[in-house]
This record gives sequence, structure tokens and C-alpha cells, in this order.
Amino acid sequence: MESTVNSPDKIVVRNLVKVFGARPAVALQMLAEGLHKDEIFRRTGQIVGVQSASFEIRAGEIFVIMGLSGSGKSTLIRLLNRLLEPTAGEVQVDGQDVAAMDRRQLIDLRRRDMSMVFQSFALMPHRTVVENAAFGLEVAGMARDRREQRAMQVLEQVGLAAFARKLPSELSGGMQQRVGLARALATDPSLMLMDEAFSALDPLKRHEMQGVLLDLQREHKRTIVFVSHDLDEAFRIGDRIAIMEGGRVVQVGDPHEIARNPANDYVRAFFRGVDLTRHLTVGDIARTDQVPLFPVPNDLTADFGAAVEHLRSIKRHYGFLVDTSHHLVGVVSIDSLSRCLGQSRPAMADALLSHVPALPGASPFREVLSRVARNPHPFPVVDSNGIYVGAVTQTILLEHLCDEESRNA
Amino acid sequence: MHEAIPIGEWVSQFINFVLAHDNGTLESFGHVIAGFTEAIEDGLVALPNWLVAGAIALLGLWRVGWKFGLFCAASFFIIIATGFWPATMSTLALIIASTVISLLLGIPLGIWMAASDRVAAVVRPVLDFMQTMPAFVYLIPAAMLFGLGKVPGVLATVIFAMPPAVRLTNLGIRQVNREQVEAGIAFGCTPRQLLLKVQIPGAMPSIMAGVNQTIMMALSMVIIASMVGAGGLGNDVLASIQRLDIGLGFESGLSVVLLAIILDRITESFGASGPQPNAGLRQRARNLLARREASQA
Repeated sequence: MESTVNSPDKIVVRNLVKVFGARPAVALQMLAEGLHKDEIFRRTGQIVGVQSASFEIRAGEIFVIMGLSGSGKSTLIRLLNRLLEPTAGEVQVDGQDVAAMDRRQLIDLRRRDMSMVFQSFALMPHRTVVENAAFGLEVAGMARDRREQRAMQVLEQVGLAAFARKLPSELSGGMQQRVGLARALATDPSLMLMDEAFSALDPLKRHEMQGVLLDLQREHKRTIVFVSHDLDEAFRIGDRIAIMEGGRVVQVGDPHEIARNPANDYVRAFFRGVDLTRHLTVGDIARTDQVPLFPVPNDLTADFGAAVEHLRSIKRHYGFLVDTSHHLVGVVSIDSLSRCLGQSRPAMADALLSHVPALPGASPFREVLSRVARNPHPFPVVDSNGIYVGAVTQTILLEHLCDEESRNA
Repeated sequence: MHEAIPIGEWVSQFINFVLAHDNGTLESFGHVIAGFTEAIEDGLVALPNWLVAGAIALLGLWRVGWKFGLFCAASFFIIIATGFWPATMSTLALIIASTVISLLLGIPLGIWMAASDRVAAVVRPVLDFMQTMPAFVYLIPAAMLFGLGKVPGVLATVIFAMPPAVRLTNLGIRQVNREQVEAGIAFGCTPRQLLLKVQIPGAMPSIMAGVNQTIMMALSMVIIASMVGAGGLGNDVLASIQRLDIGLGFESGLSVVLLAIILDRITESFGASGPQPNAGLRQRARNLLARREASQA
């Protein structure tokens, strides 16, 4: 997640509008005057599908567009590759305005650099699995041998190589969507649009396919725009999410951030009843302001003495030792430091509390819940390289549970 | 008879006008159609009857199943044994000629209708007219324009039999799964690629149902077309009515029915894969091939 924060924007959407109907200009005018889409429909019969949407999608991230049915999310994703013609506004992909492209440029872009996965899979029933996977390459004019070779590679990636000569109707739903995914990967696009791609699958298969997608993403970062109405899905795969309401994009951001600070009542209601602790990791809640850090001592007696003084002065009992590159060395307390200093030949190891383990930042909040609740001391949290990222204490735990309680109240 | 709006008079005046001012165009057009139909008939008659019958029976065996293959063979045996083989081949030639012409016109027209609502709005009432106007009514002007014989028979049959091909092509293309069409576009199909790779294959069951309907309607029409001298089994049916010959009527009628069943089942099998997808020999061969490949992999 962190790696995409500073990435350049892959897609920039500016004031994008889609009006369905014969007189979009009238509706545009009324939108500019600030009329509500329901009012516009009542007066003119024009349906506003997407209403001045503006947001950016960063290169290499999975960007989830969320909303209830009818909120315009499927319309919005279709404006990105112009399956639907935008009524007004801009869609820039790598700096090029898709909305202004001529037909030739558009076809070229679709063949070369963007692909799509559909809710109903949309495989061609008369084509075998490998022919389906090779569809994009075939349309682009690649020779049969080469395209089927490439299609076999991607089928291998999604675990379907053995079914290459079957017809889609001979496969289960989950397997069919793997074919859909293979077809989208075959042209090796940098941008993939996924419209409710896993919504037609049962929960187990959906979870499995999310895993397949995340694995693929780990191997090779693509920009993925993923439409979904499933919050669990958004939390699991989404680097950032956009919430849509009545054709408008009402909030864009990190899913936990949105859950904590909803922009309006709609967003708040959207997240109500969703147990956020299911998706929280220890790293998400760890804070650095709870426990003081001390460097590895040069002069043990003096440094530890100062540490004890410092802990007393700020009324804390525990502290963490870190080395110069911020690796966690151990947990100390006033008691352990005093005990160490009281010995005839004090050693640093004597001051470390051996019963306090470091928690990996990626472990789920729920797994450590009882352990943190039952122990008075704070737990240090480290990333996969052993670098200190923060502490989890009973106080932090309680604050989160209280927030969760009041959010769902 | 006095009419406020003499539409009938206008139509007959129009036909007479065409007849008076036509400089051989109609005649040469008629020659092409007659030539086409006769070439098919000559071909069917020139081949030994057991070869034609055997070939069709084998087709039935391949497409439908061994029971139907046997049925075909038995049917042709009855037709040959009752002496209706030449007339049946003549009728078959008329059906083939008018079906080919109907499809050559009808399928592209159906595709055009599917692509444009405006075209569809214009064509639909024309199709209604073609299908519901009693067939005898356009046999008369057709015979006036082209003379008695096969040509007016084939043309009247085309008018009567073409609409289902047009309608079902249009319907089939419009009913292709929306996301499949979107997938075609999203992966960069040109309109032509979309038509050939997504829309027509997706509409194929419907188009084949249209072909089947066209053939069946052509069969019923070519019998009626014997009234303008198109020949074939219709002649015998007509003769049996005129002479009140029950035996002849039944025999010739039976040939029509048997031919109809054979044509229907065979063309139907080219549409949807049928009630039992594994019944056809083609499917069985494919399964065998797939199994061999899998065992090699």
C-alpha cells in the first residue's frame, strides 16, 4: 500500500458527466444551474448517470469504486474506456484524453494497454478457453501460434492450462472468471478495469479469486479499477476507494480513513454495521506517541539511569530500545531498568523483558486482541524487516473498540 | 364496382406500366433465376437416386443420430417406391433455389436491421406485408411479369419465405449478451470484427432457426406455386384435387411430409447443439480428440 502513495497518476478524471437521453445539453445546463438529478429527470426525462466526477487513480494501485446499485459506478467505469461516450469532462489515461480520442486511437489504446473483466464473465460461448483467452490478441491481429502460446502462459498463471481446449460452458463460475481474467491479462495491459468481477461468485470462490488477483498484483503491478458493492472486498483488495452516491463521487481515500472520517451521512450509513476490526491489522492501529524510545546505551549506567528518570517524569512505566537503524532491540520498564542497575555487573540483556514479544504489523487486529487486553504492558509492533513502527496498548485497543461502537450506534 | 380509393386499380395499372415499359430487364432477370433453379434440379436428377438419398441419409446420421439416419433411408425408399422421386427432386431444387436467394437477401437485411432502429422501423411492416398477404395474391402479378413456370414460383416463394430469416437474424443479433458485446469492444474490435467475431457467432442459434423456418415456409410455398407451373410435387397435389384422386393426393402429400421432416430435423441440428449435446457424431469426435490431447499433456 505504501509503495503507491507517491506514484504518478495513471488516470485523471475531471468533471466527468454522463447523461442518458436524447437532449443531454439541456441536462448539462440544468446541472450547471445546480439542479438535482431527480429534478432534471422529472422535468426533462434525461437521466444523469455520472455527475461531475473528479478524482485521480495512481499507477499500480487497486482503486475500488463502491456504491449501491444505481449509484453510477458501472457507468463510471465504462466511461474510462469509452464503452459509454462521456457527455462532458475529461478522462486522461497517461496524460492522454480518452474522451477526445478518435476511433482509431481508441481502438489502439484498448488493444494495447487496457482490458476489462465483466460481472457475467462475458466469455464467447462458441470459443474454447484458450481461444477466449487469446481474444484480445486475435483482434489485434497476432498470428494464431503466437497468440495461443501467450494465452497458454496466462492460463498457466491463473491455473487453467489443463482446461485450454474446453468450452466455457464446461467450467464452473469461478473457473470461467479465471478465463475472463486470463483474457484481460493476455495483452499485458498496464490498466485493467474490473466491473463487479467477482460479484457473481459464491463467497468462498470470491475470496479465492481476490487472492488470485492479489498474487498477480504482487508479481506485476498494474493499475486496477475495480467496481464493487462489497465492502469486505474493498477493504481486502483496495489500496484506495471511491464512494459513489447518486452519480456523484462523494469521498475518495484509504478505506480505514474513510471509515473513521466519513464525509457525509450516506458514507457513514454505508460503513455502519461493517466490522472494521475484521480488516484492521496491528500496523493500522499502532501508534508512536504512547511509548518512549531509548537508543541502545553506550554508557549503560548513565543511559539507563537517565531512562528511568525520563520514564518517571512522563509517568510511563515501559519503554522500547531501538538501534540506530530503528530495529527493535527490546522492551524495558522502570522495574527492569532499576533491577539491572542494582546488579554488581549490569548487562543490557538483564534490562530486557523477555516475555514481551514484538507483533508483526501485518497480523490481524483480532488475533492479538485478547493478548493485548490481558497484559498491562504495551506491545511493540515491527514490520517485516524488524523495523519498529509503533506500539499497541490497552488504551489504543479500547479507543478503537469505542470508536467502532459509536460508529455503528 | 365503384371505390372511393381504387388501390386495386392503381396496382394493376402499375403492373401494366412495368410490363409495357420493360425492355427485357425482367426477362433476363427471369433467365438468371430459371437457370439457377434448373441447374440445381438437373444436378439432383442427373445423380443416381440412391446416391442422393444415401448422401442425405448420411447427413442425418452425422448430424442427428443413427435412428434418424434410418428414418431418412426408409423415407427415401417409400418416395422412390411410389414413383415420386423425380417430382420430389424438382421440389427440392425449387426449395434450395428459393432458400439460397432468401438467405442471401434476408441475412444481410437482418444484420442491417439490427444495426439501425430506423431501418428496422421501415423493414418490419414490409415483412408483415410479405408474410400475411395471401400467397395466391402475389402469384398473379409474378406470373404476369415473368410468365408461367419456375421463375414466378421461386420469386413468390422468396417473398413468402424470406421474412423469418430477416426477423430471426435481427432478433438474434440484438439479443447477443450485452457484456459479450462490451467485451468485444473493450478488447479493441472494429465494428466489422465485432460483427464477425461476436455478434454473428452469438446470434447463430437464432439465425439457424431462421434458416430452418425459411426452408419450411419455402416447402409449403413451392407446393402452392405449382399453380403457376413451378412443377414438382405440387403438380401432383394439384392434379389430385382437380381429379378428386384420393390415392394420388395421399401419396404425393406423404412425399411432401417426409421431405419436410427430413429438411426440418437436419437444418435444426445446425442451430443450437440440440437437446443432447453429445448425441451428434461431431461432438463425439471432438470429445475424443480433447481426451487424447489431455492424456498427452
